[in-house]
Amino acid sequence: MNPAVTFPQPSRRVLPGFGLSLGFTLTYLSIIVLIPLAAAFLKTAGMSWGEFVAAVASPRVLASYRLSFLASMAAGLVDVFFGLIVAWVLVRYSFPGRRIIDALVDLPFALPTAVAGIALTTIYAKHGWVGRWLEPHGIKVAFTEIGVFVALTFIGLPFVVRTLQPVLMELEPEIEEAAASLGASRWKTLTRVILPELTPALLTGFALAFARALGEYGSVVFISGNMPMRTEIVPLLIITKLEQYDYRGATAIAVVMLVASFLMLLLINLLQKWSRRYHRV
Amino acid sequence: MSIQASDIRKKFGAFTALDGVDLNVARGKLVALLGPSGSGKTTLLRIIAGLEQADPGSGQIQFHGEDVTNVPAGKRKVGFVFQHYALFRHMTVLENIAFGLKVRPRRERPSSREILERVRQLISLVQLEGLDGRYPHQLSGGQRQRVALARALAVEPKVLLLDEPFGALDAKVRKELRRWLRRFHDEIQLTTLFVTHDQEEALEIADEVVIMNQAKVEQVGTPQEVYDRPATPFVYQFLGNVNVLRHQVLTQVGAHATGAATLEADGLVYVRPHDIELAPDEPGADGAAAIVRYLHVAGPQARLTVELVQTRESVEVEISRTELTRLGVEVGALVRLRLRQGHSFDDDYAI
Amino acid sequence: MAAIVANSLGSQPPPTAAPRATHDPFWVRWTLTAVALLFVLFFLVLPLAAVFTEALRKGVGAYFAAVRDPDAIASIKLTLIAAGIAVPANVVFGVAASWAIAKFHFRGKSLLTTLIDLPFAVSPVISGLIFVLVFGLQGWFGGWLAEHDLKVIFAVPGIVLATTFITFPFVARELIPLMQSQGSDEEYAAITLGASGWQTFWRVTVPNIKWGLLYGIILCNARAMGEFGAVSVVSGHIRGETNTMPLHVEILYNEFNSVAAFAVASLLALLAIFTLVLKAFIEWRHAASRR
Repeated sequence: MNPAVTFPQPSRRVLPGFGLSLGFTLTYLSIIVLIPLAAAFLKTAGMSWGEFVAAVASPRVLASYRLSFLASMAAGLVDVFFGLIVAWVLVRYSFPGRRIIDALVDLPFALPTAVAGIALTTIYAKHGWVGRWLEPHGIKVAFTEIGVFVALTFIGLPFVVRTLQPVLMELEPEIEEAAASLGASRWKTLTRVILPELTPALLTGFALAFARALGEYGSVVFISGNMPMRTEIVPLLIITKLEQYDYRGATAIAVVMLVASFLMLLLINLLQKWSRRYHRV
Repeated sequence: MSIQASDIRKKFGAFTALDGVDLNVARGKLVALLGPSGSGKTTLLRIIAGLEQADPGSGQIQFHGEDVTNVPAGKRKVGFVFQHYALFRHMTVLENIAFGLKVRPRRERPSSREILERVRQLISLVQLEGLDGRYPHQLSGGQRQRVALARALAVEPKVLLLDEPFGALDAKVRKELRRWLRRFHDEIQLTTLFVTHDQEEALEIADEVVIMNQAKVEQVGTPQEVYDRPATPFVYQFLGNVNVLRHQVLTQVGAHATGAATLEADGLVYVRPHDIELAPDEPGADGAAAIVRYLHVAGPQARLTVELVQTRESVEVEISRTELTRLGVEVGALVRLRLRQGHSFDDDYAI
Repeated sequence: MAAIVANSLGSQPPPTAAPRATHDPFWVRWTLTAVALLFVLFFLVLPLAAVFTEALRKGVGAYFAAVRDPDAIASIKLTLIAAGIAVPANVVFGVAASWAIAKFHFRGKSLLTTLIDLPFAVSPVISGLIFVLVFGLQGWFGGWLAEHDLKVIFAVPGIVLATTFITFPFVARELIPLMQSQGSDEEYAAITLGASGWQTFWRVTVPNIKWGLLYGIILCNARAMGEFGAVSVVSGHIRGETNTMPLHVEILYNEFNSVAAFAVASLLALLAIFTLVLKAFIEWRHAASRR
């Protein structure tokens, strides 16, 4: 019998360093993360309700919520669609350059957002590599809502691919073979057997991409054009308020965003629990 | 060194792993801690090693009369062999074995020449010559096991503790290695306590067997004692197959041989399958009538499942193949059962 | 939340050869592969290519002139300083946190694990803002700092703090699952053999986690050097003084000095490529060491 399986963990501290490591962890966590985050909430606690509502629900702020929410939503959906294809191709097929493509998927993580921002702007601007083909058709990307959407799609892609890949790899080929042997067509196998298995991962990937997109700043500011009421995302609005020394206004919006992010974090944790529900008994 | 543990208690949350366990291991003995999963045997071993702390209110752990209850694991001079060996995966065989010597404080540390010499001796002792440069993942299970043993011995422990030493090996290697361990123990004479759930293993090599169940010690004795005179129903069932028959049935099975009057009518009697005799069903034959329902012949033994005619209860019977041929029994045949011996715990009553 | 994705070493074996023959017909395979490649081309390859093309638009001379500009050099130095403090600090934290969480059993462990993830859920801009609220002129310690003539916000310490916050979870998120999956038996073995706590840590634990640690470090470093939003809030954008490389790129770009902006950006892009290559290498090593 294996003690690691039978019992949670030895409760006595036979291994040294518990006090030191946990003490350091909690102190550092408090100084770097918890206390500064608490500052944001305490700052708004000093505002009256009326002030708070005025700060977080003015038309300009509402317009920025709308843009951030819708663009993040659209980007997340597009990422799920193409991310699934990319992950499927990377896991299931072999073709020259597969490893390079696989490594490239992480580019949006590794590439500083500001660099991504100016690069995307250049490509989609009027005379850019892609912009020049779209412009004659009346499609403007840079400095419009579509630009925001493009940048957020770029940022979110790896979340979907990297969430799906391990799940796809763990899918046993036997399941598909079983479905096929029971007479299911390939299409039916895909929609009835594979997709349901992938659903939790797809949702998690979407939620991750969406959450990241909501807060994204660097890659968006260059391509969005930053027009109030039209292409101003929430994080940009916070910066604008800060530059006008409106700390309270900025913090109030930040608190709204923080609450939204924490809810997303909670949702993602639940999704991940759900996605593991068939594993481990 | 001898090991004494007295009144050891341990809980993991709501789960009681050890409920006031006592244990004595005499110097130089090879003792098996035998029990099913979750019986607490590994926890007891880890507490003796100092890898786990007994709950407050427990008694002491003593090594040769000296209280080590609060001595940290590293200072107890125990050699511990982990179930999955816990070899340092980034170190070679040689480095693994030398580790315990190399981490000693400078003043106590042997010179590197001495360390090398000592390690080489150990490598030849566990018969791993030529493998000193290998990494754990390049070794077979049996070889890893012996590296773990050599590593534990390198620090010259006073006591050797092994957690399921053969658990992760395949059947053939397991048999070879346990005999090897017995010979090895006879050679080095180190007080050794090992945990196992395999009764065959414990009965074959141990000087003494400690049988545990549900956080308690059920019985302590030599292999022969515990097998022949099980102290509790659990031990009876745990060491080999057993039929549990109601007394009523029994009176028919071997009525002539019992003075069954002292038994309660619904008392239980434990009977090993090989303690039942089969006889042809002839007119006037005594014993209980039964029908052969299942017959399995493998190796020198034949195993039968028979159904008592009167109560429709199933009974397992083991007879030799020669006996089977002599009787000419087939599935569906009517036979008579007789009892050679059985045991009841209701009244300390033996048949 | 990048953790879940960045955190692939522990949980996800890197894709090797495609498992088993798939049953998809040829045309499906071909179409899907083409779609995937096109998407990757448009969304990933083009931006990367654009950086280098734009940087070299006016030739190699202009490129090197932009990179050698004193303000650019100053921004490189500041970026190195910020990462040079934030990354080691988070490494020490990551090791301590994973030791506590993986080796011991205590109340509130899962809450702690969630809290460690928190910075991933916070928008970079807000990550900067909270430090302004604590250390800025209007903030908690603002008055005290001003009295003692200390500057945190719009100065290097603020940049370091914001960078540390942003990259806080990387190493811990990498090490916790790794240490948990490895278990503690080797450490216990070392202890029974008489090794001290530090000997156990340095000789047994560290060698076992070194690839995971390195993996965490390079991801942490890439983010530390490339962070824009959070640093932007606390920096004050003083050229040659409080501008990190990404901020310097922004300034040059907004001044329509495209070549110089992309030249500095290309250095960051090289860092990104280096990170991806190293990451792929470590995943490969890790997979190899598992076999």
